[in-house]
Amino acid sequence: MELSVRFFALYRERAGCNLAKVTLPEGTTVADLVAAVRDRFPQLAPPDVKIVVAVNEEYAELETSLQAGDEICFIPPVSGGQANPDTSP
Amino acid sequence: MSEMIVITREELNPDDFTCLVRRDENGAVVTFLGTTRDTFEGKRVIRLEYEAYEEMAYRKLEEIRQELKAEFGLEDVAIGHRIGVVDIGEISLVVAVGSPHRSEAFYACHEAVNRLKHSVPIWKKEFYEGGEHWVACEDHEFNEGAEAAPQAAPAGND
Repeated sequence: MELSVRFFALYRERAGCNLAKVTLPEGTTVADLVAAVRDRFPQLAPPDVKIVVAVNEEYAELETSLQAGDEICFIPPVSGGQANPDTSP
Repeated sequence: MSEMIVITREELNPDDFTCLVRRDENGAVVTFLGTTRDTFEGKRVIRLEYEAYEEMAYRKLEEIRQELKAEFGLEDVAIGHRIGVVDIGEISLVVAVGSPHRSEAFYACHEAVNRLKHSVPIWKKEFYEGGEHWVACEDHEFNEGAEAAPQAAPAGND
């Protein structure tokens, strides 16, 4: 099946495009997809950096199965501000 | 989707958001403004640019609103995020919270800002003299410089 992956921000710049199409077998998981995309775009992130993926507008686990037509985005670390050491009340 | 959430390329007017959360049931309104700072690690920032995965950003902001309403027992949370080019000193984020009592309004506003910086897919790029840099939360940041240590899986906040 053919899957489309959107890139944003840092990943878009590193990939040099905002969309990639990847053909993978049925039953493919997020982990399989990430491996295939990393193969094609090794500049995306160093091998030891985990790439966060959103499927249909939700953060997805590596073992999540993908379906044709899923909206898939690679999500670089989100913006701004200092990490806050406070804990919730 | 609620009009209590706005992602826009236009200037944000904080009064618009404050007005949205003012009701006779509320005895307190807290409005937070995030404004663009002119320095990054000692370097002079010239301008900033925000990029959003808008569909998901709306969804995650709405989730945060609903969480805060449930956790703090209040009704009124309005959030505005600017995207695109934002000049120094302008407002990039507005969070307004109205609550019957002030304590919940302060806490909920603080939490809203913390949570949105961790889960909402909006990215900030700083342009400074001699370069540019995508900014991430420190605890999400992947330090990819030659000196960077390998990162383990995220282990939560310090």
